[in-house]
Amino acid sequence: MAMTPPNITSEQDSDGTLVRIAGDMLTQSLETVENDFAAIRPSDGPVTLDLTDVEALDTGGAWLVADLAGRFTSKGATLQFKGVQPAHAALIDTVSHNIPGDPGKLPQPRGFADWVEHIGQGTYGTWQDTLSILGFLGLTLDRLVRTLLRPWRLRRAALVTHMEETGFKALPIVALMGFLIGVVLAFQGATQLKQFGAEIFVVELISISILRELGILLTAIIVAGRSGSAFTASIGSMKVQEEIDAMRTLGLDPIEVLVIPRVLALLIMLPILGFVADMAGLFGGALMSWIDLGVSPGMFVTRLKENTDVWQLAVGLIKAPFFALVIGVIACWQAMQVKGSSQSVGQRTTASVVQSIFMVIAIDALFSIFFSQIGV
Amino acid sequence: MDGTVQQQETKSDAQRDAVIRVRGLRNQFGPQVVHDDLNLDVWRGEVLGIVGGSGTGKSVLLRTIVGLNKPAAGSIEVLGVDVLNGPEEDRRRIERHWGVAFQDGALFSSLTVLQNVMAPLREHTGISESLMEALGALKISLVGLPQLSCGKFPSELSGGMRKRAALARALALDPEIVFLDEPTAGLDPIGAAAYDDLIGELQQALGLTVFMVTHDLDSLYAICDRIAVLAEKRVLVEGPIEDMTKVDHPWVKEYFTGPRARAAQQKGQDR
Repeated sequence: MAMTPPNITSEQDSDGTLVRIAGDMLTQSLETVENDFAAIRPSDGPVTLDLTDVEALDTGGAWLVADLAGRFTSKGATLQFKGVQPAHAALIDTVSHNIPGDPGKLPQPRGFADWVEHIGQGTYGTWQDTLSILGFLGLTLDRLVRTLLRPWRLRRAALVTHMEETGFKALPIVALMGFLIGVVLAFQGATQLKQFGAEIFVVELISISILRELGILLTAIIVAGRSGSAFTASIGSMKVQEEIDAMRTLGLDPIEVLVIPRVLALLIMLPILGFVADMAGLFGGALMSWIDLGVSPGMFVTRLKENTDVWQLAVGLIKAPFFALVIGVIACWQAMQVKGSSQSVGQRTTASVVQSIFMVIAIDALFSIFFSQIGV
Repeated sequence: MDGTVQQQETKSDAQRDAVIRVRGLRNQFGPQVVHDDLNLDVWRGEVLGIVGGSGTGKSVLLRTIVGLNKPAAGSIEVLGVDVLNGPEEDRRRIERHWGVAFQDGALFSSLTVLQNVMAPLREHTGISESLMEALGALKISLVGLPQLSCGKFPSELSGGMRKRAALARALALDPEIVFLDEPTAGLDPIGAAAYDDLIGELQQALGLTVFMVTHDLDSLYAICDRIAVLAEKRVLVEGPIEDMTKVDHPWVKEYFTGPRARAAQQKGQDR
């Protein structure tokens, strides 16, 4: 590429200032002369801009020339162009007519006041969000009850699709997770219990911790990550594409069409997934106890029947619908908050997963306290 | 203008120099053939309008020329470089010499309008941040957007403003060729006319070659130097708009002599 690098020289003589610009004044090569242009000190009196040796000019180059000319004229210089090709003159003219004025000062940072305002906004925003999410929960419950009262209004195809997506397809990962938790508990428990010669208590350790807490809690966390994010992303993208608005104008209720099938699918499938995780956990625990401690499967089952109440299982699974509702409502609410850009979808999806996992754990803690108070 | 680019072009045509040369192009999606043996030349400094019915592959042709779609057969030369089979570095270099404005803008939604326009400058030049900002603001002003929109995000702009912002981004590197996909679709008649004038002015001032896919008869009459009609999987006819009314082909006849065409022609003459 035969390029002549651009350059600028300035000299003073008896007739005033002569500024010579030469070479290819193209945007891609301006980096070499940019500082030289900035370094020219504008003076008053007669000034000649000599562009005879300018071989090529684009808007970038023209901007530098026009900017320089503007700086001279604002100093009160009488400006004169020399040797400008007509095409270049037209371009410089167009550019100088379009140089935007000062865009106005951006608001100055105010330090402490800004910081306080930020905290205030954050607090108020959190309060508003809480109100909004509670409102959404109420709306969802209202529509859910109405749908259950008039089951023919239920969108069965959507419900089945979401049950397959959130439930059936999650079975392998949930079962594997339960199994591994059982294995780990048996292995860790055995090491500790061996010290007291109380190996057989590993059965209670496994059954109670998995059935009451871990099985359903970890299943809910997996579902929040897997399906909650999918809900937010898919409804959020529909929001960006104005599909939700289109639904409203067609007289379709987005809650009924989009939210209810998803929430209902979670309500049905999460207890089933939790049960699968429980069983896989017991299986993993029994297997590990047999290998590591020599507790035979028969003995494991007998011990399980004698000492573990069926309430232990029920206490775990009672929590599942609450977790399902929280995951579904948070995911759909976050999706409805998506605004404008695809970046917003990403932010809301992250927020959806983080919030629902946090809420699942918080609710689990509340249930723990509740059950121990009523003595179950 | 650019040294390298000119050497090969002088061979082809003594008077006019073809910046885009498409030969024997064939595009196929599964069993559906969109283009078959399509030939097209775009001359330097002209505004070429591509018209055709829905599904005749106007946008596909544009996408193929800028390398977003790989054709089944044929050759495409842009500024003397074989964009399909030429060496990788030649193709990358040539990409700086064209700008594309997509139909819905395709602005980066996580960047402000100014950052969108600065993005190509940042990628391809070494100029300072302040000059980049000045040039970005200049391009935004050139396409007739208020300076207030510099700091806005694409989602905060109207459809027409997004189209203008997309044009500003396409012009960021001062390309020789600008590709426009339906630039006036979805604009109100006044906005569309203003956009036509803008393209005409910029084309004059910056010496652009414009490749424009359009349905807008007003644009065709107002600013296009030449028109190429896509039909029957190829360029059926090309030439100035006056010649189009004489073509004996049912679709072309219908298109250029229908009531809308007559109204647009009237308007074009009034300008």
